[in-house]
Amino acid sequence: MTTSSNTDLGLPAMRSGIELVPTRGDDQQLTGKDFTSDQEVRWCPGCGDYAVLKAVQSFLPDLGLRRENIVFVSGIGCSSRFPYYLETYGMHSIHGRAPSIATGIATSREDLSVWVVTGDGDALSIGGNHLIHALRRNVNMTILLFNNRIYGLTKGQYSPTSETGKITKSTPMGSLDHPFNPVSLALGAEATFVARTIDSDRKHLTAVLSAAAEHRGTSFVEIYQNCPIFNDGAFDAVKSPTTRDDAIIPLVHGEPIRFGATTDGHGGKGLIRDVETGGVKVVEVGGAADQVSPDDVLVHDAHSADATTAFALSRLTDSGRLHQAPIGIFRQVVRPTYDDQARDQVKEAAAHVSGSATDRLSALIGGGDTWTVA
Amino acid sequence: MAKQVKRLDRVIIRFAGDSGDGMQLTGDRFTQESATFGNDLSTLPNFPAEIRAPQGTLPGVSSFQVHFADHDILTPGDAPDVLVAMNPAALRANLGDLPKGATIVVDTHDFTARNLTKAGYAANPLEDESLAEYAVHDLDLTGMTVEAVKEFGLSRKDAARAKNMFALGLLSWLYGRPTESTIAFLQKRFAKVPDIRDANVAAYKAGWNFGETTETFVVSYEIKPAPMPAGTYRNITGNLALAYGLIAGGVQSGLHLFLGSYPITPASDILHELSKHKAFGVTTFQAEDEIAGIGAAIGASFSGSLGVTTTSGPGIALKSESIGLAVMTELPLLVVDVQRGGPSTGLPTKTEQADLLQAMFGRNGEAPVPIVAPRSPGDCFDTALEAVRIAVTYRTPVMLLSDGYLANGSEPWRIPELAELPQIDPAFATEPNHGEGEEAEFWPYLRDEQTLARPWAIPGTPGLEHRIGGLEKADGHGNISYDPANHDYMVRTRAAKVERIAESLPPLEVDDPGAASGQGARVLVLGWGSTYGPIGAGVRRVRKAGYHVAQVHLRHLNPFPRDLGDVLKRYDKILVPEMNLGQLAMLVRARYLVDAVGYNHVRGLPLKAAELAEAIGNLVAEAEGIEVDFSALAHSPAGGEDA
Repeated sequence: MTTSSNTDLGLPAMRSGIELVPTRGDDQQLTGKDFTSDQEVRWCPGCGDYAVLKAVQSFLPDLGLRRENIVFVSGIGCSSRFPYYLETYGMHSIHGRAPSIATGIATSREDLSVWVVTGDGDALSIGGNHLIHALRRNVNMTILLFNNRIYGLTKGQYSPTSETGKITKSTPMGSLDHPFNPVSLALGAEATFVARTIDSDRKHLTAVLSAAAEHRGTSFVEIYQNCPIFNDGAFDAVKSPTTRDDAIIPLVHGEPIRFGATTDGHGGKGLIRDVETGGVKVVEVGGAADQVSPDDVLVHDAHSADATTAFALSRLTDSGRLHQAPIGIFRQVVRPTYDDQARDQVKEAAAHVSGSATDRLSALIGGGDTWTVA
Repeated sequence: MAKQVKRLDRVIIRFAGDSGDGMQLTGDRFTQESATFGNDLSTLPNFPAEIRAPQGTLPGVSSFQVHFADHDILTPGDAPDVLVAMNPAALRANLGDLPKGATIVVDTHDFTARNLTKAGYAANPLEDESLAEYAVHDLDLTGMTVEAVKEFGLSRKDAARAKNMFALGLLSWLYGRPTESTIAFLQKRFAKVPDIRDANVAAYKAGWNFGETTETFVVSYEIKPAPMPAGTYRNITGNLALAYGLIAGGVQSGLHLFLGSYPITPASDILHELSKHKAFGVTTFQAEDEIAGIGAAIGASFSGSLGVTTTSGPGIALKSESIGLAVMTELPLLVVDVQRGGPSTGLPTKTEQADLLQAMFGRNGEAPVPIVAPRSPGDCFDTALEAVRIAVTYRTPVMLLSDGYLANGSEPWRIPELAELPQIDPAFATEPNHGEGEEAEFWPYLRDEQTLARPWAIPGTPGLEHRIGGLEKADGHGNISYDPANHDYMVRTRAAKVERIAESLPPLEVDDPGAASGQGARVLVLGWGSTYGPIGAGVRRVRKAGYHVAQVHLRHLNPFPRDLGDVLKRYDKILVPEMNLGQLAMLVRARYLVDAVGYNHVRGLPLKAAELAEAIGNLVAEAEGIEVDFSALAHSPAGGEDA
């Protein structure tokens, strides 16, 4: 059975996102504890952020990087406290601006592994502009968007991913806004790596983080994260053992996209192209006359140059109460990164000059039409 | 017949035409010719916000004023001696600024009924008596240009476009300007389009030759080079000097420069210039908005680069929260505000200095930011370096307040020797700074006792991993703290750190010539930024009339120099001329309890030296208890030796 815990994510061969980051020697093994700062973690009991923090702390040693070359940047919100709990370099910045700050860090330093931790309000509301521009530029960094579909830190207003009609403190008669689908948004913003995972599925989360870190460019990872205080149960459909097989549509590169209760060792449901809409649709898979043959099920191609199918897959996510969502890597393609190219331009320019910086400065300011007064 | 050559000590020329007529280029070339000739000079470009306002209309008029002299001058001049008007709108828009007797050179070609109507003329002013008080040369400049370039086979439109070079050639002859630099310039600029290149050179030479041969002009003028301190000079605009100063700041500190910027008038030229100098390790990032521009600069500073963001007033408003973050995280950062008329979108292409209080207070919380301001185009270089020194030494964002007049105006600039420039030490932290041996830790908010600066530990430095952010930090170890006493302490410490900068500043230069002999002035004129030129010129006029007045011009607006209070208390009256409604005056009144009075104009133009002289003179009369009519100072005749 193909489930969300399948860790074969089918990585293509490409230049790694952490290729230029110094690694530790074999004699310098680190553990999750080495990445744990001395600060007391202050999220609410039961918050999904704990699980993600633990997963990140356990996973970071596996990258083999020197701890001092890792930087976490966040904005404002519950999840943005994240950097304080990690024993790396970090900045807890201001609301929505983390992608821009991370852009400056990643562009000025090729030897850093740069991570952004953000939430649905931080990334999609106040910081929406920075998110989409980071994605289109393809700056080498990994953006972890903790999506709990609610504002937590300000105590329970609806967010840009809340379902329409949500009753909250600021919307006693129900929210009116149509929500963003973060994966669709990222794909529309020309992102080169787009994935979705779940806070409580440690194995899948870790596999996605690993793939995201390896990807050279902006890796966008939406993490479904439960807020037990203000939006408890928002993701029950994909978490509950009784419903998740029918709710999670697992995306594994090179594999037919099948899910649901098992029939032939695979899910009884699958995806095929919908010739009428141009999208994809869910069908029953099997040998019966009203079922679709296993051979006709859509095979997931995360590396397709064309994002159309990835976008179609993203649309299978409910915009209202969540009952069904594709989980995994929607898209991973190779495109030159902004920061690599920006550094290349500096190197290219420097390759065409000679002499010390002071001599060149002298020549620069002494250029143009000059005259001398004796 | 050899023409008569008459010697003048200074001339103010204004070139005016439609925005598409190339008046900025014409003025710039005339300026370069005058600079290489060795005159002192000062320029004032003035152009509409619209790239191409409707042709022939008053809003579409673009002008460039250049003041050049055989002596030290301080301003582009109040009133032009010569107006070159390329169409009726240019004549009408500028005539009001001309003193009686001024020379007007008019291109008659565009004085058609249609263009006269567009400019609001009921009758052709060249055909009635309305210009009788001026020396008018009405010439078909366009027609002569087309005739001069016909051998190059250009379309009539392209041929006519060279009329600005014909005008430049004529004025260059009239004032004995050297021609080589303009010919070389045209050959380079139009190297890829030989017919355009040749036509422009031909038009330029034809203009010169016309002046020499025609009987319209019986006299040409000579303005001798001005004596200046020894050195090598170039003409430079404020934005160019500022960009060079930033590059120099990078070189002198050994830091890579990272500019995060969003295009905005009148600051964009700094972004353009820096983007050409990547070989110095300069990275330029054109961000999606003003906030991302400063955000990326903060990220670069956190990573060990010299983060810079450049903008104008509206951009500062957007960056305010991020400046607060840089205050809280105590990272080096340069914020350059090339001020323009406000509020809101205001007057994008006009000058003003009304962002001082925004720079000082425009953030939530107690968020002190050092502020420096250049006084002239060339001074933008030194001030940028000073801003880098403060930012790096004290780990703080620094606001540099230039303005539209400095940005686009130009003056001769003595090119500094690199040995004269300050060395700036980033002094990155490399070791733990608290505890011993196994217990040794890095505390990001443990301060240098002298400067109160915190250590700058950049990613990649082993053992110094730490987290900073916008939440209040505990003194020393820098963890989040909501402790009331700690917050009070940190607020006061951030303020004290900025105040400490004053200890690194030289004593104020007080220009009070009589003070040494006990003939000190009773009135002090206090200024900042680009008003230096007009204030200096106004002060000179009052002194020349025989009265005492002192001048102090501030480069540092926050903190104020330590001796400012004492200096202010030495004078009975303090006049603070500003292109705002009294912002520096408000600060010094609040800080020093002195009765400073303002002289304020917000017309989008530099203050006028003559009007300022009258205001200064009246205050001097009041202070000295004498009755003098200083209105005469406001009408100092053009051509007399003056500033």
